[in-house]
Parts: sequence; structure tokens; C-alpha cells
Amino acid sequence: MSDLTLAAPTANEAAIGARSAALSRLRTNDRLFFWATRLSAWIVLLILGGVIVSLFIGAWPAIRAFGVDFLLVQRWAPNAQPEPILGGLGPIYGTLVSSLIAMAIAVPVGLGVAVFLTEICPRKLRQPISTAIELLAGIPSIIYGMWGFFVLGPFLAEHFQPAVIAAFEPIPVLNQIFKGPASNLSLFNAALVLAIMILPFITSISRDVFMTVPPVLKEAAYGVGCTTWEVVRNVVIPYTRVGVIGGVMLALGRALGETMAVTFVIGNSFKIQASIFAPSTTISAAIASEFAEASDLHQSALILLGLLLFVLTFAVLAVARLMLMRIERKAGN
Amino acid sequence: MNLNTFMRAACVAAVATIATAPARAADISGAGATFPYPIYSKWADAYKKETGAGLNYQSIGSGAGIKQIQARTVTFGATDAPLPVEKLRKDGLVQWPQVMGGIVPVVNIEGVKPGELVLDGATLADIFLGKIARWNDPAIVKLNAGVKLPDVAIAVVRRSDGSGTTFNFTDYLSKASDEWKAKVGSNTTVEWPVGVGAKGNDGVAGNVGQTRNSIGYVEYAYAKQNRMTHVDMINRAGKRVAPTLAAFQAAAANADWVNAPGYYLILSDQPGEASWPMTAATFILMYADPADRALSAEALKFFDWAFRNGDKAAEELDYIPMPANVKDMIRKTWVADIKNS
Amino acid sequence: MPALYRARRRRNGVAMSLCTAAAAIGVAWLLVILATLLWNGLGGLDLAVFTQMTPPPNVRGGGLLNAIAGSLMLTVIGVGIGAPIGLFAGTYMAEYGRYEKLTTVTRFINDILLSAPSIIVGLFIYGAVVVPMHGFSGLAGALALAVIVIPVVVRTTENMLLLVPQQLREAATGLGLPRALVVQKVAYRAARTGLLTGLLLAVARVSGETAPLLFTALSNQFWSLDLAREIANLPVTINNFINSPDPNWKRLAWAGALIITFAVLALNIAARAVGSRSAVK
Repeated sequence: MSDLTLAAPTANEAAIGARSAALSRLRTNDRLFFWATRLSAWIVLLILGGVIVSLFIGAWPAIRAFGVDFLLVQRWAPNAQPEPILGGLGPIYGTLVSSLIAMAIAVPVGLGVAVFLTEICPRKLRQPISTAIELLAGIPSIIYGMWGFFVLGPFLAEHFQPAVIAAFEPIPVLNQIFKGPASNLSLFNAALVLAIMILPFITSISRDVFMTVPPVLKEAAYGVGCTTWEVVRNVVIPYTRVGVIGGVMLALGRALGETMAVTFVIGNSFKIQASIFAPSTTISAAIASEFAEASDLHQSALILLGLLLFVLTFAVLAVARLMLMRIERKAGN
Repeated sequence: MNLNTFMRAACVAAVATIATAPARAADISGAGATFPYPIYSKWADAYKKETGAGLNYQSIGSGAGIKQIQARTVTFGATDAPLPVEKLRKDGLVQWPQVMGGIVPVVNIEGVKPGELVLDGATLADIFLGKIARWNDPAIVKLNAGVKLPDVAIAVVRRSDGSGTTFNFTDYLSKASDEWKAKVGSNTTVEWPVGVGAKGNDGVAGNVGQTRNSIGYVEYAYAKQNRMTHVDMINRAGKRVAPTLAAFQAAAANADWVNAPGYYLILSDQPGEASWPMTAATFILMYADPADRALSAEALKFFDWAFRNGDKAAEELDYIPMPANVKDMIRKTWVADIKNS
Repeated sequence: MPALYRARRRRNGVAMSLCTAAAAIGVAWLLVILATLLWNGLGGLDLAVFTQMTPPPNVRGGGLLNAIAGSLMLTVIGVGIGAPIGLFAGTYMAEYGRYEKLTTVTRFINDILLSAPSIIVGLFIYGAVVVPMHGFSGLAGALALAVIVIPVVVRTTENMLLLVPQQLREAATGLGLPRALVVQKVAYRAARTGLLTGLLLAVARVSGETAPLLFTALSNQFWSLDLAREIANLPVTINNFINSPDPNWKRLAWAGALIITFAVLALNIAARAVGSRSAVK
């Protein structure tokens, strides 16, 4: 700097001018960048707000017309005179039941795979098998729908369903739940496709939380002579309980909202039937099927269904995230 | 890369995208019934070869077609469920029949060949009501002596979307069965007592093809093009008819278009010994005062071309072209009712 | 005593074989699905699929060119809109607002949007874009995809930037670099493989999405790159074709499904490979 102060005054001013110009440009850039990033963070919140607001505005006519009855009435008659009679109980029932059956199948299998990967699997195979399971999550859902419609549906209708129907026929209450006729498109088929779709979520989160168990706990258990299963049951799972439940709820959130895979195999019937082998519908399948042609109150009712679905998945996912945040904090992240 | 370079690149990309986006091409956009989709797309292909103008037809069902034209998101809507005159006037729409065709029941039963099975309106209604649940039900056997019918449950396939085909089908069932009329009625969507729902005529056709021991209803071109097992019907005169061009024409010959305001006419259950009981016309909806007159004129040019040159293609697919006098009537309607046509 | 040991060992054996069976089932399902795709799709895959337009029903031949082009365009624009927003949002959360309330809330909301049903996104864009524009358009479709891309990019950006050691940033600031340049020239560069992974995952995620496009971009029979009108795209085209009894359309649908699935899987594997090489010192 001293050489500059000894130089001619004009050169000095020019240099100082250039430098302060450069500094103020950098400061402006700084400020611009800061506000650009802050605005983007706000955009994320705005998107959520936008979704809720637009759903609410779209659903308002239906809320005003049907009120709480929407949750209780099964009848779906968009062409009824003089006013359409639209009750969402059918899709709501289908959504909940298909997701619950999917969880009943996917949770044991998913946890089993996670236990396999952490306890039994030879180290070399661990990565390939993990990747293979995670690739299941990458397959687009329309592919699942196509596979379910062309491969799984006929297989279940010809081999699996008749066997189950026959097996449960003599049992008084259960034979209503497993009643025929066997169908290519049914609630159960959709639930099975959903189960395959959500399996990778349960597996990968469970595997990650299983790995957070401090080895010293497991070694202590092995040291007193526990079998692998006893270690899993009595040490690993209680320690990771919160994370596993978080992962399960995340998978539930996915299952509730799945559209394309379900639309292909569920059969599009708004009637609630006792048998899980009968066709049904879910909220997202109903919207996907009917939205393009719906207008006025019918469209508003579909948007109301969408709002209900959003609220439901939001609640489930919020609980899931809270639980996973707790386990992440516990693991020291 | 730093912010400046990034911003510059983004601007260039945006300008490039906007610059290369072509001016709106002369593509006529329409949406609606799946019933006439095979013939509309055949016409569109030939029209594009001849004139270079494209027709983008979304085969999404009559219900969706009516909604799209009401929302002005397309240039024309197509529906087999015609709108009554009051509704046309209220929405400012003009409606005319473009072509006619027949709806046939299709089945997928092992060993049963096309045209081997025959049903009448009452039995068909009972099947779709769920009252007849198995293929070897006495009511079906009575009509089909000599046909080997298995002792299995009937898998009913119907439409899940708003459909003009459903409208005409249920209209026939309402005429054939009082119980159907009372319990279910006739509309573009009804509360189906049984069955799985498929989207579009093609969805029903695909489902029936895929599901054993199933029955569905489709426009005849779908059954013919996909070599499906169609079912003969017993018509109002008590005679057994097969779904042929002659049978459809016999039914259509009864149509009195001159005295139908807004061309509103349902052709189901027509009298006549050779008439096919489930014949239907399919309609086009356009605005009387269109927002884009040039596009509207383009669309009318296409329909006029179809009237002049499309009869042979229609008959090849077993659709019935409109009679010549009706075509002239329709042309007069265009000139009178649609601005700048 | 031995009886108890034997019982415990038996229980262990049963449990472990069930777990192994579960893993076998999981892998088997993947293989069955991929096998179905290959079986049905490979036969229909030929050069025409990539060079010809979608055909009308019941003709032979034809291809998926307009659908593939439309999908590429929607993906590029959707990612082009969503990725910068996601990048900047993640940057704010990791660099400027790391301990702020805004960041905690945004992270929470973002993770929920990440798993939200994609049909809800479609409904949102329908109400926000399609209705005011009085028509379906490629732009609406691209915006719907952007809304799906943003949470993915936000999450990976924030995670990757949080992994960059503070010493790097402190060293750069000590040399006199302004904050924005610290982020751009130091943090981004250090995390660049992770950011790339996030981008690849986002592209993979939207490539297969059908539901958000069902009532935003709809579809188009012909060649059109006009964003203001309906645009052909692979998922909706597959959806339309597969439901039809026409064997030519079904063949094209399976071929298209094969193309999408393998593109998505390739992107996933590439993302994984890039991520594992991510050297954040």
C-alpha cells in the first residue's frame, strides 16, 4: 500500500476509485445472493401454502354443499337430479384399507430384509442387495400398475384368490372378508402392489437405524450367549424403535398417496364391500379417473377428496419426520 | 460456475426457448367420446396427408369432452350423449351428428366364438344388475341352447368414466327392463350395481380381453378391430340380429333428423326386423360464437371434408355415415348458427 | 437345559430363515418386474420407436418420438426451473440461516413435500395454471414437475453443504472473500459431486411421474414443442396406450415403459456412483 501513497495523486485516486467500485460491486452481489437464497427458502413455504390454499378454494363448494356428510355417505352419484349426491366414504375406505393391508404385508418383510442386511448378509453382498432393494423404489409407479394389471392380477385371480376363498369358506366371519368371486382387479391386488412399492422405504430406513445401534450393546448381548434373533428382538429393535416407526409411517404416507399403480389394479368401484377381493377405489385413483370430465360440484368434490388426502398424508408424514428427527439427534447427526 | 455466468446462461436459455417455440400451428384441438375415436383418427390421418393440417383429438370420454368444450379449452367437443336444446342454448353451443355406430356386448368365455352367444335386453339388464351372476344361469341357457356355458361367475366390466356409450347402453337397458330403469336409470355415469370400471371404450375392450369369463360393452369398431367375441342380440321385433353394417343401417334408417331440435335423437331400441337394438349417433359440439374464429373455421373445414370424403373409411370400420340430406341440413346449420363459418 | 438351548436355537433358525426369505422375496420381486418389462418391451423396441410419431390405433408401425421429445423437454424445463430454486433454498438453509427458525420450519415442510402425493401437485397446478390459462399446456406440466423437483434438490443440497467442513469456509473468509463468493467458489465446489447426485436423483424422480401430468400437460398425438399447448409425453402416452386392446399400441406402451424404467434406473445408479466417489475433505 505504501508504494501507492508515494505515487502520483491521480493514480492513487484512480486505484482507490477502482477498488471501492469493486468492493461495492461485491457487496451488492453479496446482498443479491443472500436475498436470492432467502427468497428461494420462502418459495418452499409458499408452495405448501399455495397447495393448501388452492385445494381449499377448489373444495369450498363441496364443503358448503355436503359438510360433514361427505365423510359418512357412501353414495357417489355425480349425475343425480336435481343435485349430485357425492359421498367420499368409498374412496376413503379404500385408501385406508389398502394402505393398512399393504403395511401388514410390507412391514414384516421390510424389517426382515433389514435384519438380513445387518445381521446375516455376507459383507460383500450387502451393497448389491441393498442397491437392488432400493432400485425397487426407483421404478416409476405406472410400471407397477402395468405389471400389476398384466402379470400379478391374473396370477392372483387364477391361483391365489381361489385358494384363499376356498380355505376361508367354512369360517363364519372371515369368509365374508375373503369372499369370491376372484377378480383381476381388487382391493387386495392393489394392496399387494402397494406393499411391493413401499418395501424399499421400510427397508432402507430400518437398515440405516439398525446400523446406529452401538456395537457395544450388541456385543454385550452376544457375550451372555444370546442368539442373533434374541439380539435383534431384545436389543436392536427396542433401541431403534422410534426410527423404525418413523420409517414405517413414512412408508404409510407414500402408500396413502400412490396413484398410478393403484388406478390400474383396483377396479374403480365406489361401493364398499366386505370382501377384499372385490373391486374398490382410493382417493387418488378416484381423482385420476374422474377429474378430466368432472365439472362444478363433481370437480369440487374430487378436490375435497384431494384436500382430505393431503391433510391425512401431511399428518402421517409430519409424525414420521418428528420421529426420525429424534433418532437422528440420538445418533449424533 | 459463478453467479454471473449462471444468470447469463439462464437468460440465453430462456430466450432460446421462447424464440424457437413456433407460432401456434394450425392444429385443431378436440376432445371427447371414445366411441368414434377409431374413425376420427383414421379421418385425421388422411386429412393430414391431404392438407397438412393436424387434428389433435383427445379420446377421453363424452363427459370430459362436454366439460372441455364448456371450459373453452378445445375447439370442438365430441359426445355420444347429445345435449338437449335448452342446454345448447344456455351454453351457446351448436351440436350435430357426425357419424353413427353400434354398441355391442363382448364376452371372453373359453370356447365361445364371435356371434355364437345371443342375449336379449332383459337378460342383459339382469346381468348388469347382478341378478344373473353365473354364466350357466337358466335365463342365459334358455336363449342359447347348444352353447357350452361354464359354471363360473360372470365378471362384469363397465365404464368408470363419463361416457356417451354408457348413456346409449343404459338407455337401451332402461327401455328393455323396468327394473333397470327404476334402480339405475340412464346417464353418462350411473351407479353401477356390479362390475369393475375401465376407462374408455378401449379400457373396457382391454379389460374384457384380459379377464376370463367377463362381459362388457363397446362400440363395434373396437370389437371388430381387436377380434373380440361379440354377442348377437334379440331386437324389439323379436328377431336375432348380428352386429353388421346392414343391421346398424336398418336401425339408423328410422331416424327422423328433420324433426329433432338440436339434432337430439337417441337411436336405441329402434323398430324393424333387421335393426340392431343398440345403435347410436355421435355428436360434435362447437361454439356458435367462437373465441378464435379462424380455428373454428379450420375445424369446420375438416368436418366438411369428412362428410365429403370419409364415408368409405367409415363403412370399412362399420360406422354408418349420415344420409346425404342430413349432411346438407347440417351444412345449413353451420352457415346459419356458427359465426364466420 | 439342553431343551431350552435347542428351542432358542430353533427359534433363531426359523427367524433367520424368514429374514433371508424376505430378502430373497424382495430381490425376486425386482427381478420379476424387470423381467416382465424386458420380455414385453424388448420385442417392441426398434429404431422406429425413436424416429416416428405416435400412430393412430390399429395401424402397424409408428413410434414414440413426439412423446420422448416432449418428455425430455418437460424434464429439462421442469428441472431447469426447480433445481435453481432448490439449490438456492438449500444454500440458504445451510449457509446463511443454519440455526434460524425459518430453516427448521422449511426443512420440516420440505421433507413433507418430498413425500406428498404427486396427484395433489397436479391438482394444485391445475388450479393455479391450467384454469387461468384456459387450457392445458406443456408449461403447466413443466411447473408441476418443478414443484416435485424442488424438495429433492433442497434436501440433497442442504445435506451436502452441511458436510463441507467449516474450516474451508473460515479459511476463505480469512483471505478476504465476500460471503457470496465463499459459498459459490468454496462450498459449492467442495460439495459439487453431492449436488450432482441430487440433480440426478431429481431427474430420475420426475422422469417417471405420470399423475402430475394427467391434468396439466395432457397429451398430443402429433409433434409439438409448443409449451403453450398440450404436449406429448411418455408417461401419459404409455397410460393411454396400455389400456387399449390394440396390440400395436400395447407394444409401444411396453417399449416406452422399458425406456423410462431403464433411464430412471441408470440415473439412480449413476447418482449412486457419483455419490460414492464424492470426496469431501
